[in-house]
Amino acid sequence: MQILEERKHQVFRKGSDRFEMECNKRSLAGAVSQRACVFCGSRVILYPIADAIHLVHGPIGCAAYTWDIRGSLSSGPELHRLSFSTDLSELDIIQGGETKLRRALRELIARYQPQAAFVYATCIVGLIGDDVAAVCAQISRETGIPVIAVESEGFKGTKKDGYRAACEALLKLIGTGTETADPGRSSNGCEYTLNILGDFNLAGEVWLISDYYRRMGIEVVATLTGDGRIDRIRAANRARLNLVQCAGSMIYLAQRMEELYGIPYQRVSYFGIEDMAESLYNAARFFGGSELLARTRELVREEIGAVYPRLLEYRKDLNGKKAAIYVGGGFKAFSLVKALRLLGMKTVLVGTQTGTTEDYRQLRDLCDPDTVIVDDSNPLELAEFLTESDVDLFIGGVKERPIAYKLGIGFCDHNHERKEALAGFSGMVNFAREVHSSVMSPVWRLAPRRNRRSREESNG
Amino acid sequence: MLLRHTPQEITEREALVVNPAKTCQPVGAMYAALGIHNCLPHSHGSQGCCAYHRSALARHYKEPVMASTSSFTEGAAVFGGQANLIEAIQNLFTIYNPDVIAVHTTCLSETIGDDIPQIIAKARDEGKIPSGKYVIHTNTPSYIGSHVTGYANMTKGMVNYFATTTGVRKKQLNIIPGWVEPSDMREIKHLASNMGISIVMFPDTSDVLDAPQTGHHSFYPKGGVTIPALKSTGDSIATVALGQYASAPAAEALDAKCRVRCEVLDLPIGLRATDRFIDTLRQITEVPVPEAMNDERGRLVDIITDMQQYFYGKKVALCGDPDQLIPLSEFLADLGMKPVHIVTGTPGKHFEQRMAAILKDIPGARFRQAADMYLLHQWIKNERVDLLIGNTYGKYIARDEDLPFIRFGFPILDRIGHSYFPYVGYQGGMRILEKILSALMDRQDRDTPEEQFELVM
Repeated sequence: MQILEERKHQVFRKGSDRFEMECNKRSLAGAVSQRACVFCGSRVILYPIADAIHLVHGPIGCAAYTWDIRGSLSSGPELHRLSFSTDLSELDIIQGGETKLRRALRELIARYQPQAAFVYATCIVGLIGDDVAAVCAQISRETGIPVIAVESEGFKGTKKDGYRAACEALLKLIGTGTETADPGRSSNGCEYTLNILGDFNLAGEVWLISDYYRRMGIEVVATLTGDGRIDRIRAANRARLNLVQCAGSMIYLAQRMEELYGIPYQRVSYFGIEDMAESLYNAARFFGGSELLARTRELVREEIGAVYPRLLEYRKDLNGKKAAIYVGGGFKAFSLVKALRLLGMKTVLVGTQTGTTEDYRQLRDLCDPDTVIVDDSNPLELAEFLTESDVDLFIGGVKERPIAYKLGIGFCDHNHERKEALAGFSGMVNFAREVHSSVMSPVWRLAPRRNRRSREESNG
Repeated sequence: MLLRHTPQEITEREALVVNPAKTCQPVGAMYAALGIHNCLPHSHGSQGCCAYHRSALARHYKEPVMASTSSFTEGAAVFGGQANLIEAIQNLFTIYNPDVIAVHTTCLSETIGDDIPQIIAKARDEGKIPSGKYVIHTNTPSYIGSHVTGYANMTKGMVNYFATTTGVRKKQLNIIPGWVEPSDMREIKHLASNMGISIVMFPDTSDVLDAPQTGHHSFYPKGGVTIPALKSTGDSIATVALGQYASAPAAEALDAKCRVRCEVLDLPIGLRATDRFIDTLRQITEVPVPEAMNDERGRLVDIITDMQQYFYGKKVALCGDPDQLIPLSEFLADLGMKPVHIVTGTPGKHFEQRMAAILKDIPGARFRQAADMYLLHQWIKNERVDLLIGNTYGKYIARDEDLPFIRFGFPILDRIGHSYFPYVGYQGGMRILEKILSALMDRQDRDTPEEQFELVM
């Protein structure tokens, strides 16, 4: 398969290549990359905060493309699902957009009485030199609510830098709560308190996870940012532990909170029953206490008991099938490899948009021999890998889905267009069902390429 | 809760768009460029722009959408994007091997002032463009116009780069289809072919964004207007441009460059607009309208008269692009319906002039350019309608106000059909009627009291 010379160190085959994975590189100019920009990174992280205004300061596109495209559910207000833009025009580019921004913020805050406002800087704002921070400070003084500038100019790095800008924005809120209870105890006196970082409540996943902790006797102070609320975020400094699910986006926030508030953190994965159980046990061990540990054991036993027989049913059909994975970050990829293994499936290709060297090292250790590991891939490479390895399933996002279908391959969206909760124990069953329904669907027999394969198989 | 955030009371907003009825230019340029055979659209800006546009088109068409980006960095924003674009051109021809790279700009590269023709010339001088290959461009600053403007600009770019005059007229007609679906483009070609007229249609996304399942991922699907065809547009006898916003600029450029006269018409949506299109083809080429086509027209009129009682007096709210809204509103008014609230996000006075004429007999009808869906929702709250027609985002309003809803326009993210079944031509007119009747009658069946529940409608 043809790979650009410059990309040779971003593709690795376990067992045959020396491991010298280069990642966190800018995409090549001219790449048909599956990656996005800084703004995109910030927008997806902060978007689920449902009682805040999210104002995109720039020409209309950046607001239009991010209007309600992620299924981050809210149990209350849904301000986050509206699209607000200053819709900068040519004149604004010449004269500067600060006046317009000021007006837009005043109109929005008067109309919706939000708990806070986030203002996203886009490429153009970085160029015309609007002082977004100063405008935000002024409006914050006028209105009495936090108005936070998010430094998310698209060109100022990669999507990861956008995550970081979002974390910086959150840090401006954290610790500004008005509650005066003892640090480390929740308002109702619970001594086990934690924050969930890096879960965006896609298909209600944060509710599912929070419920496990509640049953264990642990109180969730803030969820960042799934089903997020400003007052909970402001009080997040009062939790005793941070759990970081999507590490790529939120590890920075956890590290800063450790420095600022002395809150330790654990990396967790809620995906797949092994990782889910391990995450719960780790939290229980952190707080200590035999009762807590006993309750956790009970919960895990109960949940696994409920899902395991169903998983085995799916496994009967899926055993030996091959899968390819192309997702955003490394941690998600680990969980997927393990979850597929539980279903009897073999991962032959795994790639990420933003994995780190350490992620890739872990992936290498986790995967079977001959698995191809790839960083920042493109459609041409992906299509060739998929055809070559003749997989039964592709797990990816919106831009990968139509490629899989064109090749006649089953697909599972593990990104923001997923419709089913895939986290937690019951999420594993949903995942198995989704994988099963796509892999086992009879429609692939109609696809010409697969048709040929099944003919060849039947001819021996 | 979702759009219940929309209050009934309307206050004028000066600085704020809520729930836009448009998006930015580059996605239109990308869509148009996909209508050239073996063409790779290239976004000269940050990576995010390209990712968003590809996702938007992939969601709308359920097809892979290939495009590349200059991947701007902070350095490029300071020193200009020349190095990025030249590197991109070299990489793209090396690995993706397109016949054409169609570059469009973004707000970023526009504002830093990159001179694209100069950069392309430099790439050529440095031997980065293989012989027989092309790099074309258009300027698509995101802060001017809308996605429709971007489509118009890229289509005009095709004329600027390719149209040539050999001095010998070819017996063919140019048709610029406007921003319509692959299905519509296929239908327009079909109509011309039925009349025995030889045409060059550009751009042409049929067989690109409605590609069949073959078991292979074809980086460049088989459709799209070819380079020789594009070059020959300068020798055609005339150009028929469908849509003032999306198509007129290219047609006028072709007239100026190669003296190919142009007729700017509405998109052939509905009875009268299709009549005007067919009649224009007939007049320019002096061919008779075949009987089969007259019969097709007759079937459309037959449905209209058969079902007129269901149309009469029904109020409709519409949202979309101006080239579509103009003939669609005319068609609805012809049916006896009342298009009472119409907004487009795309700015331009032509829309309001045309709408004023079309809606002159419908008292109280409101229409506005450079408006948003929030305003449309507020209008609906103040005067209820029987039907809403618009892109997918209309579903929020439809749900909130409990309205029958027909998806029409860009983007449609939650249904299929638009890629496969046309809205243009007499066939398309019939499809519009079927959609309207189904929406209204389903509603009637749902809401009517049991004793009045009708079997025969």
